[in-house]
Amino acid sequence: MKRGITALAVITGLMLSFALYEALVVAPTERTMGDVQRIFYYHVPSAWTAFLLFLINFVCSVIFLIRRNTKADILALVAAEVGVVFCTVVLVTGPIWARPVWGIWWAPGDIRLTTTLVLWLIYVSYLVLRRFSTSGQTAVVAAVVATFGALDVPLVYFSIWFFRTQHPSPVIGDGGSLDPRMWVVLLINWAAFLCLAGLASWTRYLLEVAKREVEEAEALESLYEGSR
Amino acid sequence: MNSIHYLYAAYIATWAIHGAYLVILARRYSRIRRDMERLKNRK
Repeated sequence: MKRGITALAVITGLMLSFALYEALVVAPTERTMGDVQRIFYYHVPSAWTAFLLFLINFVCSVIFLIRRNTKADILALVAAEVGVVFCTVVLVTGPIWARPVWGIWWAPGDIRLTTTLVLWLIYVSYLVLRRFSTSGQTAVVAAVVATFGALDVPLVYFSIWFFRTQHPSPVIGDGGSLDPRMWVVLLINWAAFLCLAGLASWTRYLLEVAKREVEEAEALESLYEGSR
Repeated sequence: MNSIHYLYAAYIATWAIHGAYLVILARRYSRIRRDMERLKNRK
Protein backbone atom coordinates (compact mmCIF):
# COMPACT_ATOMS: atom_id res chain seq x y z
CA MET A 1 0.00 0.00 0.00
CA LYS A 2 2.79 2.42 1.05
CA ARG A 3 4.77 1.51 -2.09
CA GLY A 4 1.70 2.18 -4.24
CA ILE A 5 1.21 5.67 -2.78
CA THR A 6 4.92 6.47 -3.22
CA ALA A 7 4.78 5.32 -6.87
CA LEU A 8 1.66 7.42 -7.49
CA ALA A 9 3.32 10.44 -5.80
CA VAL A 10 6.36 10.12 -8.10
CA ILE A 11 4.17 9.73 -11.21
CA THR A 12 2.06 12.73 -10.12
CA GLY A 13 5.16 14.89 -9.58
CA LEU A 14 6.53 14.00 -13.01
CA MET A 15 3.17 14.49 -14.73
CA LEU A 16 2.59 17.88 -13.09
CA SER A 17 6.08 19.10 -14.05
CA PHE A 18 5.62 17.93 -17.64
CA ALA A 19 2.11 19.46 -17.80
CA LEU A 20 3.42 22.79 -16.48
CA TYR A 21 6.15 22.82 -19.14
CA GLU A 22 3.58 22.01 -21.85
CA ALA A 23 1.22 24.76 -20.64
CA LEU A 24 3.85 27.49 -20.32
CA VAL A 25 6.27 26.63 -23.14
CA VAL A 26 4.84 24.20 -25.72
CA ALA A 27 1.22 25.41 -26.05
CA PRO A 28 0.81 28.08 -28.75
CA THR A 29 0.02 31.62 -27.63
CA GLU A 30 -3.60 32.54 -28.24
CA ARG A 31 -3.94 35.42 -30.72
CA THR A 32 -6.36 37.77 -28.94
CA MET A 33 -5.77 37.07 -25.24
CA GLY A 34 -2.05 36.35 -25.32
CA ASP A 35 -0.33 34.53 -22.46
CA VAL A 36 -3.17 35.01 -19.99
CA GLN A 37 -5.14 32.38 -21.97
CA ARG A 38 -2.74 29.77 -20.52
CA ILE A 39 -4.75 29.97 -17.27
CA PHE A 40 -7.21 27.80 -19.26
CA TYR A 41 -4.82 24.80 -18.83
CA TYR A 42 -5.31 24.92 -15.05
CA HIS A 43 -8.86 26.28 -14.90
CA VAL A 44 -10.62 23.78 -17.20
CA PRO A 45 -8.89 20.53 -16.01
CA SER A 46 -9.57 21.60 -12.39
CA ALA A 47 -13.25 22.05 -13.26
CA TRP A 48 -13.46 18.64 -15.00
CA THR A 49 -11.70 16.97 -12.05
CA ALA A 50 -14.09 18.64 -9.58
CA PHE A 51 -17.11 17.48 -11.65
CA LEU A 52 -15.77 13.92 -11.74
CA LEU A 53 -15.20 13.92 -7.96
CA PHE A 54 -18.71 15.27 -7.31
CA LEU A 55 -20.06 12.54 -9.60
CA ILE A 56 -18.16 9.93 -7.53
CA ASN A 57 -19.61 11.55 -4.39
CA PHE A 58 -23.12 11.23 -5.88
CA VAL A 59 -22.70 7.55 -6.86
CA CYS A 60 -21.19 6.63 -3.47
CA SER A 61 -23.91 8.54 -1.60
CA VAL A 62 -26.63 6.64 -3.50
CA ILE A 63 -24.84 3.32 -2.78
CA PHE A 64 -24.61 4.28 0.89
CA LEU A 65 -28.32 5.17 1.04
CA ILE A 66 -29.25 1.80 -0.50
CA ARG A 67 -26.74 -0.53 1.18
CA ARG A 68 -25.39 1.42 4.20
CA ASN A 69 -21.90 0.51 3.02
CA THR A 70 -19.16 2.19 5.15
CA LYS A 71 -16.61 2.17 2.31
CA ALA A 72 -19.07 4.04 0.07
CA ASP A 73 -19.65 6.57 2.85
CA ILE A 74 -15.91 7.21 3.27
CA LEU A 75 -15.41 7.45 -0.51
CA ALA A 76 -18.28 9.97 -0.75
CA LEU A 77 -16.69 12.12 1.97
CA VAL A 78 -13.23 11.93 0.37
CA ALA A 79 -14.54 12.75 -3.13
CA ALA A 80 -16.47 15.78 -1.81
CA GLU A 81 -13.48 17.11 0.11
CA VAL A 82 -10.98 16.78 -2.76
CA GLY A 83 -13.69 18.04 -5.16
CA VAL A 84 -14.07 21.22 -3.08
CA VAL A 85 -10.30 21.81 -3.31
CA PHE A 86 -10.43 21.59 -7.13
CA CYS A 87 -13.62 23.68 -7.29
CA THR A 88 -11.83 26.34 -5.18
CA VAL A 89 -9.06 26.41 -7.80
CA VAL A 90 -11.74 26.97 -10.49
CA LEU A 91 -13.34 29.84 -8.54
CA VAL A 92 -9.97 31.51 -7.92
CA THR A 93 -8.36 31.11 -11.36
CA GLY A 94 -11.56 32.15 -13.20
CA PRO A 95 -11.65 35.73 -11.84
CA ILE A 96 -7.85 36.09 -12.26
CA TRP A 97 -8.36 35.28 -15.98
CA ALA A 98 -11.49 37.47 -16.23
CA ARG A 99 -9.85 40.67 -14.90
CA PRO A 100 -7.49 41.30 -17.86
CA VAL A 101 -9.86 39.77 -20.46
CA TRP A 102 -13.30 41.15 -19.41
CA GLY A 103 -12.05 44.07 -17.32
CA ILE A 104 -13.97 42.76 -14.28
CA TRP A 105 -13.22 40.09 -11.69
CA TRP A 106 -16.73 38.65 -11.54
CA ALA A 107 -19.90 39.01 -13.62
CA PRO A 108 -22.78 39.13 -11.10
CA GLY A 109 -25.81 37.20 -12.32
CA ASP A 110 -23.89 35.18 -14.91
CA ILE A 111 -25.39 31.69 -14.78
CA ARG A 112 -22.13 29.71 -15.20
CA LEU A 113 -20.36 31.70 -12.49
CA THR A 114 -23.31 31.70 -10.10
CA THR A 115 -24.07 27.97 -10.44
CA THR A 116 -20.38 27.15 -9.89
CA LEU A 117 -20.34 29.25 -6.72
CA VAL A 118 -23.57 27.54 -5.57
CA LEU A 119 -21.99 24.14 -6.31
CA TRP A 120 -18.97 25.04 -4.15
CA LEU A 121 -21.27 26.26 -1.35
CA ILE A 122 -23.34 23.03 -1.48
CA TYR A 123 -20.26 20.83 -1.02
CA VAL A 124 -18.71 23.11 1.62
CA SER A 125 -22.04 22.82 3.52
CA TYR A 126 -21.87 19.04 3.07
CA LEU A 127 -18.36 19.00 4.61
CA VAL A 128 -19.40 21.33 7.47
CA LEU A 129 -22.38 19.04 8.16
CA ARG A 130 -20.11 15.99 8.29
CA ARG A 131 -17.52 17.74 10.43
CA PHE A 132 -19.75 19.28 13.09
CA SER A 133 -22.95 17.22 13.30
CA THR A 134 -22.96 14.83 16.25
CA SER A 135 -26.15 13.02 15.26
CA GLY A 136 -26.00 9.29 14.60
CA GLN A 137 -27.80 9.98 11.30
CA THR A 138 -25.15 12.40 9.97
CA ALA A 139 -23.94 10.05 7.22
CA VAL A 140 -27.52 9.49 5.98
CA VAL A 141 -28.41 13.21 6.03
CA ALA A 142 -25.12 14.05 4.28
CA ALA A 143 -25.79 11.40 1.60
CA VAL A 144 -29.23 12.95 0.94
CA VAL A 145 -27.69 16.44 0.71
CA ALA A 146 -25.04 15.09 -1.71
CA THR A 147 -27.66 13.35 -3.86
CA PHE A 148 -29.63 16.58 -4.34
CA GLY A 149 -26.48 18.72 -4.50
CA ALA A 150 -25.23 16.73 -7.48
CA LEU A 151 -28.18 18.09 -9.51
CA ASP A 152 -26.22 21.33 -9.78
CA VAL A 153 -23.33 19.64 -11.65
CA PRO A 154 -25.14 19.23 -15.03
CA LEU A 155 -26.60 22.71 -14.59
CA VAL A 156 -23.08 24.17 -14.27
CA TYR A 157 -21.73 22.09 -17.14
CA PHE A 158 -24.48 22.71 -19.67
CA SER A 159 -25.26 26.33 -18.70
CA ILE A 160 -22.96 27.71 -21.42
CA TRP A 161 -24.72 25.54 -24.00
CA PHE A 162 -28.24 26.68 -23.17
CA PHE A 163 -27.89 30.24 -21.85
CA ARG A 164 -26.23 33.42 -23.06
CA THR A 165 -23.52 34.13 -20.52
CA GLN A 166 -20.47 36.32 -20.02
CA HIS A 167 -18.48 33.09 -19.70
CA PRO A 168 -16.87 31.99 -23.01
CA SER A 169 -18.97 29.68 -25.22
CA PRO A 170 -17.85 26.06 -25.45
CA VAL A 171 -14.58 25.65 -27.36
CA ILE A 172 -14.70 21.89 -26.83
CA GLY A 173 -17.17 19.45 -28.34
CA ASP A 174 -19.73 20.39 -31.01
CA GLY A 175 -18.79 23.62 -32.74
CA GLY A 176 -15.57 23.87 -30.73
CA SER A 177 -12.70 25.81 -32.22
CA LEU A 178 -9.80 24.73 -30.02
CA ASP A 179 -6.43 24.39 -31.75
CA PRO A 180 -5.39 20.69 -31.83
CA ARG A 181 -2.06 21.53 -30.11
CA MET A 182 -4.00 23.25 -27.32
CA TRP A 183 -6.21 20.15 -27.04
CA VAL A 184 -3.15 17.95 -26.41
CA VAL A 185 -1.81 20.30 -23.71
CA LEU A 186 -5.26 20.49 -22.12
CA LEU A 187 -5.52 16.68 -21.96
CA ILE A 188 -1.97 16.34 -20.55
CA ASN A 189 -2.86 18.83 -17.81
CA TRP A 190 -6.10 17.00 -17.08
CA ALA A 191 -4.23 13.70 -16.77
CA ALA A 192 -1.78 15.36 -14.33
CA PHE A 193 -4.62 16.80 -12.24
CA LEU A 194 -6.38 13.43 -12.23
CA CYS A 195 -3.18 11.87 -10.81
CA LEU A 196 -3.07 14.60 -8.15
CA ALA A 197 -6.74 14.03 -7.30
CA GLY A 198 -6.14 10.27 -7.11
CA LEU A 199 -3.16 10.74 -4.79
CA ALA A 200 -5.02 13.20 -2.53
CA SER A 201 -8.10 10.95 -2.43
CA TRP A 202 -6.12 7.81 -1.65
CA THR A 203 -4.23 9.55 1.20
CA ARG A 204 -7.43 11.07 2.56
CA TYR A 205 -9.22 7.69 2.38
CA LEU A 206 -6.48 6.02 4.46
CA LEU A 207 -6.59 8.88 6.97
CA GLU A 208 -10.36 8.57 7.34
CA VAL A 209 -10.14 4.79 7.85
CA ALA A 210 -7.43 5.28 10.53
CA LYS A 211 -9.46 8.06 12.20
CA ARG A 212 -12.55 5.85 12.42
CA GLU A 213 -10.47 3.00 13.86
CA VAL A 214 -9.07 5.32 16.55
CA GLU A 215 -12.57 6.60 17.39
CA GLU A 216 -13.86 3.02 17.62
CA ALA A 217 -10.97 2.00 19.90
CA GLU A 218 -11.57 5.04 22.11
CA ALA A 219 -15.29 4.26 22.34
CA LEU A 220 -14.53 0.63 23.28
CA GLU A 221 -12.00 1.79 25.85
CA SER A 222 -14.43 4.17 27.53
CA LEU A 223 -17.09 1.41 27.54
CA TYR A 224 -14.61 -0.97 29.15
CA GLU A 225 -13.60 1.62 31.76
CA GLY A 226 -17.24 2.43 32.45
CA SER A 227 -18.07 -1.21 33.12
CA ARG A 228 -15.21 -1.65 35.65
CA MET B 1 -0.65 44.95 -14.25
CA ASN B 2 0.84 43.10 -17.24
CA SER B 3 -1.28 40.14 -18.43
CA ILE B 4 1.63 37.75 -17.74
CA HIS B 5 1.34 38.66 -14.05
CA TYR B 6 -2.24 37.39 -14.04
CA LEU B 7 -0.99 34.11 -15.49
CA TYR B 8 1.62 33.78 -12.73
CA ALA B 9 -0.95 34.80 -10.11
CA ALA B 10 -3.36 32.07 -11.29
CA TYR B 11 -0.69 29.35 -11.30
CA ILE B 12 0.71 30.41 -7.92
CA ALA B 13 -2.84 30.53 -6.45
CA THR B 14 -3.50 27.00 -7.75
CA TRP B 15 -0.36 25.65 -6.09
CA ALA B 16 -1.04 27.61 -2.91
CA ILE B 17 -4.51 25.97 -2.65
CA HIS B 18 -3.14 22.47 -3.24
CA GLY B 19 -0.23 23.17 -0.86
CA ALA B 20 -2.63 24.35 1.85
CA TYR B 21 -4.67 21.15 1.46
CA LEU B 22 -1.46 19.11 1.71
CA VAL B 23 -0.61 20.89 4.98
CA ILE B 24 -4.12 20.12 6.31
CA LEU B 25 -3.67 16.42 5.40
CA ALA B 26 -0.22 16.33 7.07
CA ARG B 27 -1.63 17.89 10.27
CA ARG B 28 -4.48 15.35 10.32
CA TYR B 29 -1.97 12.55 9.83
CA SER B 30 0.18 13.68 12.78
CA ARG B 31 -2.94 14.05 14.98
CA ILE B 32 -4.06 10.49 14.16
CA ARG B 33 -0.56 9.16 14.82
CA ARG B 34 -0.55 10.93 18.19
CA ASP B 35 -3.95 9.43 19.06
CA MET B 36 -2.76 5.96 18.04
CA GLU B 37 0.39 6.29 20.18
CA ARG B 38 -1.72 7.44 23.13
CA LEU B 39 -4.05 4.45 22.76
CA LYS B 40 -1.09 2.07 22.48
CA ASN B 41 0.57 3.49 25.61
CA ARG B 42 -2.65 3.13 27.63
CA LYS B 43 -2.82 -0.57 26.79
